Amino acid sequence: MNVTRGFTGRPRVRNDGLPPGQYDAGDDWPVLSAEVTPDLTPAEWTFTVDGLVAEPRTWTWDEAHALPPSAYEGDIHCVTSWSKFGVRFGGVSLDAFLDAVRPAPEATHVVAYSHTGYTTNLPLADLTGGRAWIAWEYGDGPLPAEHGGPARLLVPHLYFWKSAKWIAGLRLLDHDEPGFWEQNGYHHRGNPWEEQRYSGD
Amino acid sequence: MPATSAMDSAQSAGFTPPTRFAVPGRIAVSNRAAATWQRATLTEVRRETPHAATFRFAVPDWEGHLPGQHLMLRLRAGDGYVAQRHYSIASPPDDTGHIELTLDHVDGGEVSGWFHTVAEPGDEVEVRGPLSGFFAWPGDRPALLVGAGSGVVPLMSMVRHHRARGLSVPLRLLVSARSPEELIYASEYGAETTPVFTRTAPEGVPVGRVSAAHVAALQADRPEGGWEAYVCGSNGFAEHASRLLVDAGQPVDRIRIERFG
Ligand SMILES: Cc1cc2nc3c(=O)[nH]c(=O)nc-3n(C[C@H](O)[C@H](O)[C@H](O)COP(=O)(O)OP(=O)(O)OC[C@H]3O[C@@H](n4cnc5c(N)ncnc54)[C@H](O)[C@@H]3O)c2cc1C
Repeated sequence: MNVTRGFTGRPRVRNDGLPPGQYDAGDDWPVLSAEVTPDLTPAEWTFTVDGLVAEPRTWTWDEAHALPPSAYEGDIHCVTSWSKFGVRFGGVSLDAFLDAVRPAPEATHVVAYSHTGYTTNLPLADLTGGRAWIAWEYGDGPLPAEHGGPARLLVPHLYFWKSAKWIAGLRLLDHDEPGFWEQNGYHHRGNPWEEQRYSGD
Repeated sequence: MPATSAMDSAQSAGFTPPTRFAVPGRIAVSNRAAATWQRATLTEVRRETPHAATFRFAVPDWEGHLPGQHLMLRLRAGDGYVAQRHYSIASPPDDTGHIELTLDHVDGGEVSGWFHTVAEPGDEVEVRGPLSGFFAWPGDRPALLVGAGSGVVPLMSMVRHHRARGLSVPLRLLVSARSPEELIYASEYGAETTPVFTRTAPEGVPVGRVSAAHVAALQADRPEGGWEAYVCGSNGFAEHASRLLVDAGQPVDRIRIERFG
């Protein structure tokens, strides 16, 4: 690509934590959901894991909170080009939920879906090994509704559209099934370090 | 127009969650177009308001878009630094080989700042798209458009498409701006549009936000089968407007929201 005449960008410090094509949003946390923010109380929230598992199960808010707590401290990256550094989310590791349902050996992929009906697909391997959470805290407080509260999926090593807000469940499958944005032209995996933004990247 | 425009949603088979479904995409998008950077040459700059201007580009290989879609735009500095942002497409689909964007001048903004203070005809940038079939409006269903500030940009593409094609499907636009001077595309609106002014208004027009009364009037006017609602603007506006629509009886699964962050 040619240099854009007269474009210097704003003064910047080298930041090794910034994936290609991203900028530091600082204190901003843009909201980018396609649907109406639902009125969903903790009492109404449930989380189900089913599909190719030995024991499908649904957790209520209190049951999920009885699992061992686990927090993520680190960075998040949105496909619209902003990144946010040093954020903290509290909740439960997804491993705790998956261990309870016992995924079948043929399960390779997951469709994550939210209480609004939003869907996104992920390889099962991206959700295990302490790299994914069900999160209900942001900073020291509850996760705000417009950011997915009462609870969202958190998969911080992928672009943030994979971290389904208002998470309702995971269905384990033996094949990959594109979700909402993936059907709208976005990449199936969405690794920010490889700039997997759109199908074909 | 892309050949896929008539295709209503790619969401045919597959897992449907056991919940009230969020509206599926309206069209299938071209993965190739979405993944390919193209050179866009600025041919014209038109001032819209003191803070917004329209930038017209020649993009010879543009495959077309539907009203409501956006693109990704990137600028590159001499040291290799790249800035990329999303922008809605303002022009209608039939403007072959050309696209128009309308940018607000954001205070301290890196990309909008370059456009508003440096860019002139002849300059080249790169774009990829169109992206996302979700907010697209092929012109088939009655559409209720609600936007604020530069959120009117993708909605104007719909209004222009409606006019250019002489479509008879009902279309209404509720657009909010701070003042008449800040109203983007002010001279282009017709009977389909209700402007709302939040700070200063012309004589005889009340000052205030988009309200339940505005939305109630449009809901009262809804055609058989109801509206497909498209809401666009800042997140604060999108939350406010979508809440009003739900309260007025618009089904949540027929509200599409584009938030500019
Ligand atoms: C789908 C979509 C469609 C969009 N369509 C449009 C459209 O049609 N028209 C439109 O105008 N916009 C649109 N936007 C918004 C657009 O993408 C940009 O966010 C907007 O133009 C601002 O970009 P910028 O580079 O000018 O500002 P940025 O440089 O991103 O700055 C944004 C704000 O952060 C502050 N800031 C951030 N970092 C720093 C720093 N290091 N130092 C100082 N200040 C800082 C700036 O002062 C400014 O207030 C759209 C967004 C989306 C997601």
